[in-house]
Amino acid sequence: MVAAAAVLPAAYLVIVCADDLVATMETILRARTLAMALRSIGLAVAVTATAIAIAVPVAFLTTRTTLPGARAWATLLSLPVVIPSYVGAYTYVAALGPSGMLQGILEPLGIERLPAIYGFGGAWLVLSLFTYPLVLITVRSAIVRLDPQLEEAALVASRSRREVFRTITLPQLKPAIGAGGLLVALYVLSDFGAVSLLRFQSFTREIYISFQSSFDRGETAALGLVLVALTLALVALYAGTRRQGSHYRSSPGAVRPLRPVPLGPWKWPAIGGCTLLAALALGLPLGVLLHWASKGIGDAVDWGAVGTAAWHSLLAGGLAAALAAAAAISISVLVVRHPSPVSRLLERAGYAGYALPGIVVALALVFFGTRIALPLYQTLAMLVIALAIHFLPLAIAAISAALMQVPPRLEEAARTLGRGSLASFMTVTGPLAATGVAAGAALVLLNAVKELPATLLLAPAEFETLATQVWTETTFGFYEGAAIPALALVLLAAPPLYLLSGEGAHE
Amino acid sequence: MPRARTAAILAALLAALLAGCGGDSDQSPADPDAPTGEAGITVYSGRIPPEIGPLIDLYEQRIGRDIEVRFGETAALAAQIVEEGENTPADVFFAQDAGALGAIQDQGRFERLPAATLERVPSRFRSTEGEWVGTSGRARVIAYGEDVNSDELPESVFGLTGEEWRGRVGWAPLNGSFQAFITAMRLTEGDDVARDFVEGMLANDVQPYENNIAIRDAIAAGEIDAGLINHYYVAQAKAEDPDYPVEIYFPPGDLGSMVNVAGAGVIAGSDQPQGAEAFVEFLLSREAQQFFSSSTGEYPLVDGIRADPSLVPLGEIPQPKIDLSEIDDLEGTLELLRSSGAL
Repeated sequence: MVAAAAVLPAAYLVIVCADDLVATMETILRARTLAMALRSIGLAVAVTATAIAIAVPVAFLTTRTTLPGARAWATLLSLPVVIPSYVGAYTYVAALGPSGMLQGILEPLGIERLPAIYGFGGAWLVLSLFTYPLVLITVRSAIVRLDPQLEEAALVASRSRREVFRTITLPQLKPAIGAGGLLVALYVLSDFGAVSLLRFQSFTREIYISFQSSFDRGETAALGLVLVALTLALVALYAGTRRQGSHYRSSPGAVRPLRPVPLGPWKWPAIGGCTLLAALALGLPLGVLLHWASKGIGDAVDWGAVGTAAWHSLLAGGLAAALAAAAAISISVLVVRHPSPVSRLLERAGYAGYALPGIVVALALVFFGTRIALPLYQTLAMLVIALAIHFLPLAIAAISAALMQVPPRLEEAARTLGRGSLASFMTVTGPLAATGVAAGAALVLLNAVKELPATLLLAPAEFETLATQVWTETTFGFYEGAAIPALALVLLAAPPLYLLSGEGAHE
Repeated sequence: MPRARTAAILAALLAALLAGCGGDSDQSPADPDAPTGEAGITVYSGRIPPEIGPLIDLYEQRIGRDIEVRFGETAALAAQIVEEGENTPADVFFAQDAGALGAIQDQGRFERLPAATLERVPSRFRSTEGEWVGTSGRARVIAYGEDVNSDELPESVFGLTGEEWRGRVGWAPLNGSFQAFITAMRLTEGDDVARDFVEGMLANDVQPYENNIAIRDAIAAGEIDAGLINHYYVAQAKAEDPDYPVEIYFPPGDLGSMVNVAGAGVIAGSDQPQGAEAFVEFLLSREAQQFFSSSTGEYPLVDGIRADPSLVPLGEIPQPKIDLSEIDDLEGTLELLRSSGAL
């Protein structure tokens, strides 16, 4: 059931394309289609590598070392995940554009123009800064679940920390790094707002042109199918990272915290690095938003409307997170414990929901919503289902990585002792995978609150969220007005991220 | 223990949310089933609340009940209406540009409007099939910043391919109004002239932007000196800040400053056709037309309503004889923009 719902976006594309197979093939085989796909793949590879390079060290610093204020750092450095990438890109263009704020500051020094932030470089920078938290959140939750005994044993066997990290720790984290990296790559493929503002011609931009300018649903769907194919290829690649060996703890029992690694002289460089990252990924966008907000605050801000919108965002996002987490648990159990070609295909096709641009997912649900679920259409329930389907892969990635670290022997033991499969899951597997479930639900929540296209099409009429408020104001060119709901989004995200970062942070 | 505690807190939060939802979803399914006589009409609007909010309020006061408005991007709403098919809740589609209206007309999803409604607007600003009607007009102008002397400005947009404008001009190739402008150029001046213009602009290092507003803001910031935009965006900025450093110019030569429209139509199979028609009719009323003129700075399209006196009068702007909603014409424009590298 759940998996079937997750493949609705892909099914919609197939249905539309089946209308005119010749035109579909023509679109897919155009030289331009291939060229744009290659550009997007190039960007996805660059951003994913960068996000992993940023996130893995930060994940270790905030879980395994004596970094002062580890929990606060983990929260702060996860927060950029909630800044919609088009807002992030806006702030970057405003700050670093050819005649942006930085140029204004440098003007007295005779600098009249800055080198353009536009193109591949800008898209790479901005997308890396706003997607690395996807890896950070998945990897942190995995580090917390690691079995410290293996590492301790290796250390006792007088192997160096570096060697232990390379031979013991890193291999166990591969599924989580792979899952986080996959999410980043899919996000880059799906993103339209940031690449468009930063003038990088990407595959998704191609989809928008066909949909926005020629109103050609066949062409849009054909291009969408190419994205689905790319997704399946990426997911297959990721599956490679979790195939080798087992990743679960050899011994049962609660996770004991490992003694943190003293940073010693590395403390200051570590703090410096975290500060720099926070300044770029959070400080700069928040600074620009605050600057805009301070200009707009003179006008009467309708705080009531912002409050209602925040509640709507939280309501829809929270329910979507709960639904997606529940669905992801059942899919992950199926895939991790009972692998079969069918379960694998369903899981992989489900990832397409995250790689497709939001508008395509939204239209797919409009199509099915008005045909098979009309009473629910444009109700809160419909919106929640749509958000859950769209972001289900986030939950699956985090939760299946967690399940892989739970030894199946434990569940088997519970069943031998007479527990049903549900009961053994609830009492044995569930608690052991809890950090993964929490990370998955949080990822869905944080993405759902900033989601725009599906919210506009599927929410009850006049159901304003923070994201729709940001959209209304930026569409009108009123950045002062957009800044306040955008800041509210960040405030909304802070408490769940703080709770999540409590895991494994040494105070 | 922190793990168990976090899980417990998250679970409690979710439970609270679920409880909150129960109340809401109990009511919401009732909406579509409500007797049609009681529910107001549903408008899908590509024009956003800051643009038309007061007008909607006025209409609700007038008819003494609420209407439901779904705001979104014009193209997305058009696609939504097509995907919804016969089950669409929409009674009226109020679009930001004629291309989207044409897409709905093309799919046979509009009802014909009454002749009396159509005839209030000059024929060049409504559907040739009588399925949608323009509600306000916007001219394609050259916006320019403080570093430009007005005597530097060219006779027509073709002058912008000159060396003196290298790297100083912005356009928005993804924008529907821009594409309609190129379509008009192809149909009036010929495909070759249009291609030469597009390629000349690209060779002259034209700067691509997201939309009209981004161009306007880039001119204000000094990033570029001029740009091709719809006229009323500058008036909107000046309403916020009278010293806003951007002016508009109506090039008199060649194509001139072609006028595009926002418009509306009644969705086929609407269960409240009268209510829907009444709303479209209202958009052409004196109050509404005056609202577009004074509040959004657009051209009113109904005879006898005065436009902002600082604008070049509508009648003096040369208008190419094209159907603004002809999708097939647009295909050729997209092909041109793609193959020249503008898109």
